[in-house]
Amino acid sequence: MSTQTTATTGTTTTTVGGRTYRQPKPPRRGVFLTVLAWVVGLLFFFPVLWMVLVSFRAETDAASNPPELFAPISLEGYRTFFEAGPWPPLLNSMTASLVSTALVILLAFPAAYALSIRPVKKWTDVLFFFLSTKMLPIVAGILPIYLFAQATNLLDNIWLLIILYTSMNMPIAVWMLQSFLAEVPVEMLEAAQVDGASLLTTLRQVVAPVVMPGIASAALICFIFSWNELLLARVLTSTVASTAPVFLTSFVTSQGLFLAKVCAASFVVSLPVLAAGFAAQDKLVQGLSMGAVK
Amino acid sequence: MSSSTDTTSVGTNPEEGRSGVTPPARRVRTRSDSWQRRIPLLPALIFVIVMTQLPFLGTIIISFMNWNAYYPDERGFAGFSNFARVFTDVNARSAVLVTILITVATVLISLVLGLAIALLLDRKFRGQGIVRTMMIAPFLVVPVAAALLWKHALYNPEYGLFNGLLTLVLGENAPQPDWVGSMPLPALVAALVWQWTPFMMLILLAGLQSRPLDVVEAARIDGASEFRIFTSMTLPHLRQYIELSTLLGTIYVVQNFDHVFTITAGATGTANLPYFIYQTFYTAQDYGRASAAGVVTVLGTLIVAMFALRTAFAIFKEEGR
Repeated sequence: MSTQTTATTGTTTTTVGGRTYRQPKPPRRGVFLTVLAWVVGLLFFFPVLWMVLVSFRAETDAASNPPELFAPISLEGYRTFFEAGPWPPLLNSMTASLVSTALVILLAFPAAYALSIRPVKKWTDVLFFFLSTKMLPIVAGILPIYLFAQATNLLDNIWLLIILYTSMNMPIAVWMLQSFLAEVPVEMLEAAQVDGASLLTTLRQVVAPVVMPGIASAALICFIFSWNELLLARVLTSTVASTAPVFLTSFVTSQGLFLAKVCAASFVVSLPVLAAGFAAQDKLVQGLSMGAVK
Repeated sequence: MSSSTDTTSVGTNPEEGRSGVTPPARRVRTRSDSWQRRIPLLPALIFVIVMTQLPFLGTIIISFMNWNAYYPDERGFAGFSNFARVFTDVNARSAVLVTILITVATVLISLVLGLAIALLLDRKFRGQGIVRTMMIAPFLVVPVAAALLWKHALYNPEYGLFNGLLTLVLGENAPQPDWVGSMPLPALVAALVWQWTPFMMLILLAGLQSRPLDVVEAARIDGASEFRIFTSMTLPHLRQYIELSTLLGTIYVVQNFDHVFTITAGATGTANLPYFIYQTFYTAQDYGRASAAGVVTVLGTLIVAMFALRTAFAIFKEEGR
């Protein structure tokens, strides 16, 4: 009977096989763990919720001490943010993230094929090399890039960022796609070869459909990292090509410390990543564990 | 000419000979075959080599130069003097220490928290999906935005949430600490831990969910305690996932710029190496010294990476086909 209640609150697979007497976790413990999980989840979520709550307040209500949970709604923060001209940087961020992500997938997918399905010699070394470039801190190469861009008039040009973001995310994408491609059954490819399919056809029509979830999760992660990037964008852009994170930092310093505005701006800039991440949670999990460990 | 030796070595490689062809024909075939194998790889490989190795080569060259943009006439060869300055500079040495401190503290704390929370979420309970979604949120906030949120909405001594809560609980005379001012490093680490714990949790949760449950069930029926199951079944199974999340976490936290730049702006001994280099190059315009610091950063990172990559390498070996 007590196991019945446990099952509804959802303790492990206790009742399976009629072994209920064997390991009856007291239901209280299950309830406790559930409550604990909720508390921890709420704790981690609260700063985000607070950001949203404060963003919808008048400045005078936002800076209240002690805090008020329910204050009248005001769009003041958002109005200030959108009056400050955030559209060009938001659009720049969108362009840089989407185009670089597309480029990464376009280049990383064939490379992953060469590293997993019909592996080149020493494919682990190559993969090792790709990953090792991630160990080069971006900051260690930024000065020559800056000087080069200055000499070739590429400073403040969104294409420079696109190219850099592409190289920044390539290793991770190759790594992820390699592990996803390793799951494609060899027989499928042999069949395609017997039929005389070219490499491009094989990739497009045989491999890609099978690993679509892998491609999607790699793309999602590349998008997030590009959208979030600050250092390169800050050093290499100024007015025309500046991205949303750069705009965010400048917005705060030039507007003074006004809480509702800061929260509204932070929320709007985070929104694309939050939306994409929430929508594709499973892909995110799959991608982050990279199928690397099976 | 090296191609002929190359061909034979390719031909003798057992891995290559998937199709059973007779030796004479095979030599020709494997050669074109090995190129066919390489071609899809080359665009990505060449692109990455050009985009990562060339700039670093540039950094190495500049690190041996006397080059300050404010004194363009004094540009020239400097030998090791930039490196000497980096190693004797108090700020540079502090940056190294701060980088290590921030990285180790952030990765360790997020890892332990992430593991605990992953275990908590790996059970079926009401609202499991909602709790997971809430947990993921910090990872999905743009880092600069997260840093701004912590600095202004949470840490601010006058109207931040933390001191507001203190007032709410303890009344008018509650202490109102200046969080960032009085403990800049812990303040930075706390904000970073908040952002990175969900990342660790996600990877570890994926690991937990790939655990073969029937074996655990069998152990449980045999009367193994939960603690025993955790230490001798769950943890060994999670090892690779723990290593993977540590590796990835380290790569990203070592490079952290956004939080240091936003929350403390490197003040009161919180400048890490990326911020120190940014300042030396961007504000002080001392290209030579910034590059030397960059080279030192890479060497330091590579030493750590050697250990970390060996771990990652073990993962590939085990799943390699």
